Amino acid sequence: MDIGFSEEQEMLRAAACKFLDDECPTTFVRRQMETEAACTPEFWAQLAEQGWLGINFAEEDGGSGLGLLDLVVLLEEMGRAVMPGPFFATVLLGGGAIAASGSPAQRREYLPRIADGSLKATLALTEPNARWDAAGITMTARAAPGGFVLSGTKMFVPDAHLADVLVVAARTRDGSTMEDGVSLFLVPRGVPGLSITVLPSVDATRKLCEVRLDNVAVPETALLGELHNGWSALGRVIDRAAVALSAEMCGGAQRVLDMTVEYAKLRTTFGKPIGSYQGVKHKCADMLVEIENAKSLTYYAAWAVDEGEADAPLAVSMAKAYASDASRKVAAAGIQLHGGIGMTWEHDLQLYLKRAKACEVAFGDATWHRERVARLMGA
Amino acid sequence: MDFSDSPEHAAFRHEFRAWLDTNLDDDLKVEDAQDQRIAPDREILERRIAWQKKMHAAGWVGISWPKEYGGRGANFMQQVIWDEEYFRARAPILPCQSGLNLLGPTLIHWGTEAQKKRYLPKILSADEIWCQGYSEPGAGSDLASLRTRAVDRGDHFVVNGQKVWTSGAHFADWCFLLVRTDPDAPKHHGISYLLVDMKTPGVTVRPLVLLNGHRHFNEVFFEDVVVPKENLVGKLNEGWKVTTTTLMFERGGAGGRDHAAQIARLVELAKQFPNRQEPAWAQSHIRQQLAQLAIETKALQMTRLRGLTRRLRGEPPGPEGSILKLFGSELAGRIADFSSTLLGPYATLDTPTEAVPDAPRWLNRVTGARQYTIAGGTSEIQRNIIGERVLGLPKG
Repeated sequence: MDIGFSEEQEMLRAAACKFLDDECPTTFVRRQMETEAACTPEFWAQLAEQGWLGINFAEEDGGSGLGLLDLVVLLEEMGRAVMPGPFFATVLLGGGAIAASGSPAQRREYLPRIADGSLKATLALTEPNARWDAAGITMTARAAPGGFVLSGTKMFVPDAHLADVLVVAARTRDGSTMEDGVSLFLVPRGVPGLSITVLPSVDATRKLCEVRLDNVAVPETALLGELHNGWSALGRVIDRAAVALSAEMCGGAQRVLDMTVEYAKLRTTFGKPIGSYQGVKHKCADMLVEIENAKSLTYYAAWAVDEGEADAPLAVSMAKAYASDASRKVAAAGIQLHGGIGMTWEHDLQLYLKRAKACEVAFGDATWHRERVARLMGA
Repeated sequence: MDFSDSPEHAAFRHEFRAWLDTNLDDDLKVEDAQDQRIAPDREILERRIAWQKKMHAAGWVGISWPKEYGGRGANFMQQVIWDEEYFRARAPILPCQSGLNLLGPTLIHWGTEAQKKRYLPKILSADEIWCQGYSEPGAGSDLASLRTRAVDRGDHFVVNGQKVWTSGAHFADWCFLLVRTDPDAPKHHGISYLLVDMKTPGVTVRPLVLLNGHRHFNEVFFEDVVVPKENLVGKLNEGWKVTTTTLMFERGGAGGRDHAAQIARLVELAKQFPNRQEPAWAQSHIRQQLAQLAIETKALQMTRLRGLTRRLRGEPPGPEGSILKLFGSELAGRIADFSSTLLGPYATLDTPTEAVPDAPRWLNRVTGARQYTIAGGTSEIQRNIIGERVLGLPKG
């Protein structure tokens, strides 16, 4: 047993930290928030150059073949920088789904282009019922001559407006379980019947979209993975996404604590730095405890997923539940300890509060994951 | 990063688990190891002493001590595996625990050869039981303001004063004691560390019964107690330095390791209780709360293991022990609170019933769990330590 990061992982962290400090200061983040793309082509190309867009893809698919734990290191730093743009949507969701379920031909077609920055993707999973499990999937895909026809509405789809290809989860039959009958399809942008609307939402660094499919016809080759049996791979993609969000929340929360501690040392009231008062100091201590625990559970979950441990789903839900609560609490405490300035548009804490909220509710909030923990514990 | 046991650690775990399965009698097992850390009576104490002797004979006591002093030179990971398996088996905390975990490592680090030879073997064999004489009525969280005096009388010290919260003093043969030897020095610099035979004339032990009726603690009075000079550990007036090492060990280990067992039992109870149409487990708020406690327990375990990795990489126990102490003890309180949410009026019964056969255990948790956020440094003190020593915030 050794629960520390390897030298390579520490180097990755240092490189990410330096790159994001240089290229992604909050002035850059704020500029991107004003745009629909939330990212510049130059910045995206730099992510590709670093090898980060293909970090988890196999080497034969144009990636670096690294594990989720390596990605967690990177995502902590990206969370720390509130990095804007469709990294999560492209790498974890669309790319993750293609990597998990694609045929060799499909993987070769898409993954190298994701890795080199020339293609963006996302996953259209959730529907207006806002569920994150198989029961939430009601969109239908019926067999038609030469392929399938998809109809229905997807909600909260990350960065769908930027995606060159969407992986869409739809129901191809009513099976014996909710999981049975879910299939995945590759839907390219611009096909007739596909409409995408950006929904104004809390975190402008990553947009959420409503995606409508009105009798969208796709060829047989658009089927990703096995017909009716898409859920088993999709479930793994969702679990990885939940760990990724947990890691981002850890990084963001750590930055909030760092900013708060720095402020508490400088800001004086009644002739003393506010950090010398126990009312402030103890709250900072509680923030640290929350963050350390969130990190511990996130690292364990990433390791369990990488190793294919039997308790990986339990570990994932434990991490996402804890990190979701922790990041909300830490962001709120950071603002409280900054006082009024923390509530302003001008102060960067707002970026972290908003990202924390977006991550907290995406792919299952704490309540959702606690229920899953209970189900797995009680089995 | 690797959370799994290496093959040799897995073998070690397997060996210890098998040994416990074969050798630990049912009547020695405890429901709540921390709460039952001090034997309720002399008869149970004798049985636990016999148990420690049996473990010692098989080489399972003090495994992290160096081989030359009777240990196995086990590494931290083996010690953690030992702990996990020991609590998993529901074995009672060893009667020599404070000797094994606090005094032993201190003597190994600071003691003279003569002291090591004299005291260490009898800690391992449970031939001498130790208690810790630190806290005083006026010195708890602010331990360094202690006032028990030891006056130098040439070849011996004469000790006068009072200690309090002395766990197991009523069974102890010896006490490791902090005393003030220089009242004029700044408070951290006038303290010395003495070993005192509890049979010395002038030592009086009075019980201090907890609100749940348990007797773990005592007040210990010292009236003109003569302590030979050779019983000084470390240098005169440097007792604070000597003791700081052990306080780190105490905090690093504190915070409860048997939360998981408590939660497993609560899940069992939730599934069968109450015996009406549907079990409590069917209620979403019960599942939510139990899941949250299980998550927090896992978080504590993983945070402990991360700290351990830092130790394995050669860094000493640091203030991160305070994180474990703070979170683990507060979690014990939340588990107690939840048991009463689940059991309702049954959590107030001090007698077994058909519906809740182990009701007294939960009542005891409900009333007794509060002690963990006080003993070994209150939660407030831990937050100060985290704020100042980890985060670098200014002192108040």
